[in-house]
Amino acid sequence: MNTPSNLKYSKDHEWVRVEGDIAVIGITDFAQSELGEIVFVEVETVGETMDAGEVFGSVEAVKTVSDLLLPVSGEIVEFNEQLEDAPELVNDDPYGEGWMIKVAMSDKTELDELLDAEGYQASVG
Amino acid sequence: MKTTPFTETHIALGAKMHEFAGYNMPIEYSGINDEHITVRNGVGVFDVSHMGEIWVKGPKALDFLQRVCSNDVSKLSIGQAQYTYFPNGKGGIVDDIIVYYFESEKYMLVVNASNLEKDWNWLVKNNTEGVELENASDHTAQLAVQGPKAVEVLQKLTSVNLAEIPFYHFKVGDFAGVKNVILSNTGYTGSGGFELYFYPEDGMKIWNALFEAGKEYGIKPIGLGARDTLRLEKGFCLYGNEIDETTSPLEAGLGWITKFVDGKNFIDRERLEKEKAEGLKRKLVKFELQERGIPRSGYEIVNADGEVIGQVTSGTMLPETKIGMGLGYVNAPYFKNGEPIYVKIRNKNIEAKIVK
Repeated sequence: MNTPSNLKYSKDHEWVRVEGDIAVIGITDFAQSELGEIVFVEVETVGETMDAGEVFGSVEAVKTVSDLLLPVSGEIVEFNEQLEDAPELVNDDPYGEGWMIKVAMSDKTELDELLDAEGYQASVG
Repeated sequence: MKTTPFTETHIALGAKMHEFAGYNMPIEYSGINDEHITVRNGVGVFDVSHMGEIWVKGPKALDFLQRVCSNDVSKLSIGQAQYTYFPNGKGGIVDDIIVYYFESEKYMLVVNASNLEKDWNWLVKNNTEGVELENASDHTAQLAVQGPKAVEVLQKLTSVNLAEIPFYHFKVGDFAGVKNVILSNTGYTGSGGFELYFYPEDGMKIWNALFEAGKEYGIKPIGLGARDTLRLEKGFCLYGNEIDETTSPLEAGLGWITKFVDGKNFIDRERLEKEKAEGLKRKLVKFELQERGIPRSGYEIVNADGEVIGQVTSGTMLPETKIGMGLGYVNAPYFKNGEPIYVKIRNKNIEAKIVK
């Protein structure tokens, strides 16, 4: 399982990469591997301001659908539109081309509540 | 957890494994989509050794089967198989099964793994004819070799002329140097091919021969994940999803294997005849979404006004066309009047079209 050390993680298997006030968010390598082939990523919350823990979209694999939970509060400013036609990027490159949304964070102190790579790895065993 | 003769091989091949009906079974190897497409276009091998096999023998075997099965078992010739179900005495279904007619007074029933114990108890309880019942599941292994290239691969390994075995017929013969293998022209994929039954100790010999013979056709192992999408695409029922102890076989579209013929007084006959005469209140339909989305088991089906008119029982995104399709029960008159139906996916109602 790949868990880059420069990212923050939620217990719900999302990762966060901080770029100034922007949080780039996706799902972890562990999550994509558990889900299997991802066939559809649906995010219809661009432009909305939401709290951490709220559902910002869903990811559909062949066998299952999962809610996507926002790891930090803020405005969803961008959806990775490449995923419209190529949802498999989440499987192929979960921390790179497979990123899902960008969020303008409203409270950067929330980042402190997220896990580091080691903590996340421990949480999934 | 129980194992099959192939469990270690699945693990060695890197399959994603999961418990199913008490067995450690492969869910996927290269990926459900790739495996699905392999079976539709080439050939794939499924380990279905978890399936149950029950033998029914004795002078009253036919009488017994005519009473516990919905289909007309008397129509079978030796060497022929038949899809049927056990009505449960309450208008529902104990299990859907295949009956194989081996020789006079000797039949084999192939039942769902998850229902084996329940089926066995049901048959024992209803055995008023005093037939001999034998649960052979633990010493019977099974591989399904399915796809348009399956017969070419299989024919390389047997002297039995497979072209002479029609659909839903079988022969017992040599295969890959193993004697007394049941070669059955049946399957659960809608892509053609055979199902092979043999002793577990012969399993690896057969597996290895199949993969060697199939190499030139790109043969692959297929998991239970693609088994589900393949059957779903063809609209085949899965026990536990479309049918169970509470569902009407007529509503499930199993009227074609429910035979109200003279002299066949099967369990629930009167009840089902009455239900048929009164007209069905709902019916299982196959549908395709008109926009992007994936129907899932338990999602509501609604009409144009948003009123609930049914429920999804199985759904997926088809690997080749990327269309969201599913099976579900839809109330009268919507299952036949051509009005649009909608699947409620999260907060949206996505239009669906009923298809054949």
